[in-house]
Amino acid sequence: MYVAVKGGERAIDAAHSWLDRARRGPAEQPVLDTAQIRDQMSLAVARVMAEGSLYDPDLAALAIKQARGDLIEAIFLIRAYRTTLPRFGASRPVKTGAMRIARRISATFKDVPGGQILGPTFDYTHRLLDFRLLADGALPATDPAEACETLPEPAPRILSFLDRDGMIETAEPDQAEPADLTREPMELPAERALRLQALARGDEGFLLGLAYSTQRGYARNHAFVGELRIGTVPVEMEIPELGFSIEIGEIELTECETVNQFKGSRTEPAQFTRGYGLTFGQTERKALSMALVDRALRWEELGEDGQGAPAQDQEFVLSHCDNIQATGFLEHIKLPHYVDFQAELELVRRLRDGSAGQEDAA
Amino acid sequence: MTDQAYNFAYLDEDTKRMIRRAILKAIAIPGYQVPFASREMPMPYGWGTGGVQVTAATLVPEDVLKVIDQGADDTTNAVSIRKFFQRTAGVATTERTRDATVIQTRHRIPETPLTEDQILVYQVPIPEPMRFLEPRETETRRIHALADYGLMQVRLYEDIARHGEIATSYAYPVEVAGRYVMDPSPIPKFDNPKLDDCPAIQLFGAGREQRIHAVPPYTRIRSLDFEDHPFIASKADHACALCGSRKSYLDEVITDDAGGRMFVCSDTDFCAENAKGDA
Amino acid sequence: MTASELSGGFAVAAWDGAHAFRAVLNAMARPGTIVALSAATGPEPISVAAATVLLTLCDRTTPLHLAGDHDNAALRTWIAFHCAAPIVAAQDAAFALGRWDALQPLDRFAIGTPEYPDRAATLIIDNHDFEGMPARLTGPGIRGTAALALPDARAFVANHARFPLGWDAILTSGRHLAALPRSTEIR
Repeated sequence: MYVAVKGGERAIDAAHSWLDRARRGPAEQPVLDTAQIRDQMSLAVARVMAEGSLYDPDLAALAIKQARGDLIEAIFLIRAYRTTLPRFGASRPVKTGAMRIARRISATFKDVPGGQILGPTFDYTHRLLDFRLLADGALPATDPAEACETLPEPAPRILSFLDRDGMIETAEPDQAEPADLTREPMELPAERALRLQALARGDEGFLLGLAYSTQRGYARNHAFVGELRIGTVPVEMEIPELGFSIEIGEIELTECETVNQFKGSRTEPAQFTRGYGLTFGQTERKALSMALVDRALRWEELGEDGQGAPAQDQEFVLSHCDNIQATGFLEHIKLPHYVDFQAELELVRRLRDGSAGQEDAA
Repeated sequence: MTDQAYNFAYLDEDTKRMIRRAILKAIAIPGYQVPFASREMPMPYGWGTGGVQVTAATLVPEDVLKVIDQGADDTTNAVSIRKFFQRTAGVATTERTRDATVIQTRHRIPETPLTEDQILVYQVPIPEPMRFLEPRETETRRIHALADYGLMQVRLYEDIARHGEIATSYAYPVEVAGRYVMDPSPIPKFDNPKLDDCPAIQLFGAGREQRIHAVPPYTRIRSLDFEDHPFIASKADHACALCGSRKSYLDEVITDDAGGRMFVCSDTDFCAENAKGDA
Repeated sequence: MTASELSGGFAVAAWDGAHAFRAVLNAMARPGTIVALSAATGPEPISVAAATVLLTLCDRTTPLHLAGDHDNAALRTWIAFHCAAPIVAAQDAAFALGRWDALQPLDRFAIGTPEYPDRAATLIIDNHDFEGMPARLTGPGIRGTAALALPDARAFVANHARFPLGWDAILTSGRHLAALPRSTEIR
């Protein structure tokens, strides 16, 4: 009946209170503490920070709790909060070369100065459900930090060894102020700095799929993981009133540098090329994916042939990698479309009536 | 009650200035889509973030705001957006078209003729009229620059060849002031004539797509057509079951599982006023 | 910095900005309409209306050009304090402020590109004489025709001739403001 569309306000209020109850779960269970989420679901927190573009583990944990564990919903909460924050300035570029390392691996060299450190990785776990976790949360017998004989020192970048020999394209520091895609509309074609920004906050699943497609031959770029490092770096800000910069905090980052398909010609010596990924928190699947997609998007500047592959198409990648844009627009088809549907219905009825094609279609 | 935790109409003043500059350029170049740095709003993209940002940048405290979705004031998303502005701007709201100074709409133009004292803000999902003929913005930007709209003419012509008429029933493309081809947002083509020579300012906001476009008052809006296949603003050939109007756009309501249906005005304010004999 | 350079800003930024924008929007959307604005006061020679426009539309992201006697130390200081718009050369300006004569030659200002016609300057023509001989206007925003005194109708005719490119103009004097977008045809 027509009244079915009435009472929207009451329906919304009722839905919200139902949501609150559903979030809480059974009252006899202890309520989830955001500190537990922050510390025990830290990879979920890292993803929310990375794609939410806001480094704040406590707020990310809150968002995950509020979103009932729906990470895209949590990212959305963080993004909406982030836009309301005043901006005091930009930090100095962080020095990932001076990272305090928790994990560092290279797939290109067996041994490297600074060593290979596995860190807290799932890599060699056997994916067998650990039923002990159902019962208790006992700590392992040894503290990993103690297991390390010495805490790892800042380690040199592995790609710098290739760089020194001229084996890889040089990556000159760029002093230009990068555009900010959250403050300016995206203009296509986009420079690499802007592309990397978009990829850094892009959806992990979307980038994973694109990166995978390059490995399967849709613009293959022969990626070797030159180095993957995870650890913490200090963040410094220049304080104009003081005339020097001060440390304002520390963030955890994942950085991935890939060594890719070499270029060269009769006149130019062959040289490997680079892909780059940098993300908040321990988010290595994302950083790897980002590096492969970054490299695929660089085909034009490296003088390669466009293969028409999805990962090479910057307009396609940049327009669709943001999961907050994507989920909003996808889900908006739940909203009423009575009016346009009615217009289509009437059009199709008229076309079926066969009145069309004659004098007057109205 | 205004929520003191937020600036008037939610957005910070820097953001409002940025949107205001884009609106003025959109007015100066009718039908051209001005890029703007759309912000992430506390509602999802695709749910009116563009319209909400334009409204927020346009509102003054004395405004009387009406929000409609599908022509109705009480559809859930209209309720949600109206509440947002009650909370963050503290403006008065109304369901009566004639009492409103700013109307935010999704998918309809009110039946009651608009006046010079009103601003109509459209929520726009895809602002680019050429998008489904050419998905690349780098290409569509060139098409608009050269006013090279042959692709659209071809598509409309192919419709006629295949179906005997132009098979577009909503988001029907228009030419603005003899220059830009514009998507009027997914309003039914029945509403297209109301765009033309309208006394009100019409602003279009697409948040996810980061575009604002506009139609100043009294601007010539021509729905694209051919001489031998003129544009016709059609609607269901029924009268409203509630108010009896034969001139308003109708929603079809299924009343039982035996094929029963009725047609009622999509514009709920018009319908109520008309039933009282005031429209 | 003197007290007068620090005063004269908006009393309530959100409300004053909103009211002023609505007035400018109405003026731009209805060429020929003269609206009143009075929320900000700057040092000589800027009018109240132009000062209000600056605070409504300009900030650190909008390069501003000051022409003629509008380019003076007191006004620069006032602008730096109230809206922080960077002062630039004419060709880099998003907004330009000055008397009509001081803004010449107009071919210095950005008129946008075919792909991005919005990347064009807005000229704030201050101390404009609204009492001059009115020109007849037609085009978007105008029901039939409208009338408005222009400093030099030929410049506006030439500007309209390259539509959709062109600059847009805001005319101010005292508390009064009118606007003339590039879409307006001068008869």
